[in-house]
Amino acid sequence: MFEAIAFYLFSAVTIVMFTITVMSKNALYSMSALAAGMIMISGFFFLLGADFLGVVQIIVYTGAVMALYAFGMMFFNTTRLVEEKVRAPKLVFLLSGLSALLLVIAFTAPIVSDHIEAIYPVVDGVENPQAIGIVLFTKYLVPFEVAAVMLLVAMIAGIILAGKKMDESLTLKVDADDEFQKKGSK
Amino acid sequence: MITLSHYLIVSAILFCIGLVGVYRRKNLLLLLFSTEILLNAVNIGFAAVSKFYGDLTGQLFAFFIIAVAASEVAVGLGLFIVWYKRRGTLDVDSMQSMHG
Repeated sequence: MFEAIAFYLFSAVTIVMFTITVMSKNALYSMSALAAGMIMISGFFFLLGADFLGVVQIIVYTGAVMALYAFGMMFFNTTRLVEEKVRAPKLVFLLSGLSALLLVIAFTAPIVSDHIEAIYPVVDGVENPQAIGIVLFTKYLVPFEVAAVMLLVAMIAGIILAGKKMDESLTLKVDADDEFQKKGSK
Repeated sequence: MITLSHYLIVSAILFCIGLVGVYRRKNLLLLLFSTEILLNAVNIGFAAVSKFYGDLTGQLFAFFIIAVAASEVAVGLGLFIVWYKRRGTLDVDSMQSMHG
């Protein structure tokens, strides 16, 4: 009973928040709505018994990623709106509808789901974070290390792209490039 | 009673919202936001499958997706800052330099 109430509440709020994110003209409102939606998604994870995933969702998304977006937006002039004119609105909704149809077909396909067996079953007698740790540090140790290296590379890339004078000299010559751009936009 | 299909349907709806965002918006920042929505929708699906089949692999995939999303944001925002310093706009249409 409570599970059903919580599920419908979380799903309604998440869908509304993400719709605001996608439709809002103001980038700041979009970011706030996105943060709220992320918190609600962590509610889904708690509901599903994935406690550790829910905590990671709150810490990483609403803590780190949203703060990064907030700091990143200080570099941009977000009050000056990007002019948005959808050239073919019908095509957009047609494509989205087709993708939705494909997704529903994929999810309701009964052939595959009958043959699914648990490779790494949930360990009995331990809490969710402990079970995650057992599987993560035995079966998924190599992907874990690769993910660590990937995060390091991303950190270095972010620092260098934002901090060094990357906007002045790259392989392209900036002046010629800008001139070309002006000519093209006429 | 909430079944696996409920969670998968919510996941699909959120994925479609993200797709509409990717197709529709011209602001580069909103493009990144829509990508986050896509990744989160998939995460819900993984966690739901993980619970209803009693397998932890789904949750671990969700962790790796979160790691990928975090690094994507770091690199993507860095690239956008460089782009904004060069061109002064975040319009997707400003990114074409070839006019065919």
